Amino acid sequence: MINNLIKYLFMWIVLILLQIVLFNHIQFSGFVNPYMYILFVLLLPFDTPKYLLLFLGFLLGLNVDIFCNTPGMHASATTFMAFLRPTVISLISSRDTLESNSPPRLNQMGPAWFIKYTIILVLIHHLFLFYVEVFTLKGFIFTLFRSVISALFTIILIILSQFLIYKE
Amino acid sequence: MRSLLRFLVRNYFFLLFLVLEIISLTLMVQYNNYQNVKFFNSSTKVVARIYETLNSAYSYFRLHQINSELAAENARLKNRLQQIVHPEVPPPMNSFVYHRFSNDSITGDSITSDTLTVLSSQPVTIDKPRPSDTLIIDSINVRYRFIPAEVINNSVNRQNNYITLNKGRKDGVRPEMGIVGPNGVVGIITNVSDNYSTGPTVLNKRWRVSAKIKNSNYFGSLVWDGLNHRIAQLNEIPFHVELAVGDTIITSGYSSIFPEGIMIGQIEDFDIGNGDNFYEIDIRLSTNFMTLTYVEVVQDKDQSEIKNLNRYNLDD
Repeated sequence: MINNLIKYLFMWIVLILLQIVLFNHIQFSGFVNPYMYILFVLLLPFDTPKYLLLFLGFLLGLNVDIFCNTPGMHASATTFMAFLRPTVISLISSRDTLESNSPPRLNQMGPAWFIKYTIILVLIHHLFLFYVEVFTLKGFIFTLFRSVISALFTIILIILSQFLIYKE
Repeated sequence: MRSLLRFLVRNYFFLLFLVLEIISLTLMVQYNNYQNVKFFNSSTKVVARIYETLNSAYSYFRLHQINSELAAENARLKNRLQQIVHPEVPPPMNSFVYHRFSNDSITGDSITSDTLTVLSSQPVTIDKPRPSDTLIIDSINVRYRFIPAEVINNSVNRQNNYITLNKGRKDGVRPEMGIVGPNGVVGIITNVSDNYSTGPTVLNKRWRVSAKIKNSNYFGSLVWDGLNHRIAQLNEIPFHVELAVGDTIITSGYSSIFPEGIMIGQIEDFDIGNGDNFYEIDIRLSTNFMTLTYVEVVQDKDQSEIKNLNRYNLDD
């Protein structure tokens, strides 16, 4: 338990630092911006209490917001993603995979499941985030384009990082 | 009552979600009124300290570029100094010359030779400003003063971009002061802590700058449409104004945030808007916000006086 707590706290700090030091400075042609920090919400154990899931998502987003001068923007997107996580998990997995009671990791759940899981949740987060950022439906297609391109980068980063960590 | 409780317990997940969403959206909407933010911005001490540490690492890799930019600006300022101290047309015997007399007698220079320099308007090259020069510059009643600052955080890839500087209240920075870079207009200060300050840049949809076309003096407002960080838009220029690609756009000086005539950019492209009586003008910004490192904060001595006056107009 304590072990887990330290592990997730460490992950939180590393992901936030990576986000502000590295990914916020990837300004490739002005509109690609991967938000890899949401990996934290993806990797929380299956049996995380639902309220904790929401609170952690909210606080994680708020933490990024403080560094980006965008209070509430990331917080609302990560809360939305955390809210839909249980639904997405039950949609894409069969009953016996869930009963194995392992955390959602690439090596435990298999690459196909993990990639599907990442794509759906990252798209949910990025679409919500980019539409909340512009706060209008004007330029609908352009915002869609921006969010999908950035989501693509985030998905590649997340899946690459997981393959690197669970090589064996 | 019991059924209400049961409803709350059964749907707590959805209700908690709603509450958290409302909190974050409220934060966002309140931030639209960006002057009111006290807590969540990067002039907050801890965040600014972290950014400053990071920035010292980043700027190391850009030293060469920073050096050449500073050298270019130095050269420009030296030329300016020459023009002020040794104007082309020698001034008549007035207080300016008198001033030099008194200063030179203090510094012990030869009075006659120095006066002659001014009066005969010989081009004189000065390698370093002498005490008398700086005294003259200081004694001129300047309306604008510039506080040098270093950029410790900045972005170009959001819809509303903000900049954080390493100068704050202790250095004389106050909200509503303009920020100017070596190549032109950068932004405005909205939040100040003791040692840091922050505010929106030109690349922010919530902020606009009063700008004018240099050769025709028509003025409009500069906005950013959130697409390209090198291009902004100039609005409210009526059809009958003659435009050309490459025309220079400068600050109008109407806002009492920037002095008049600070470079903004050049016309890249213009078009007749559909249905309006105004042009749609694309401006190529002279400031490259991706590489911005050193800036100056503009302090306008008369800002509060002008603001007070303008308040009477608003009451009408």
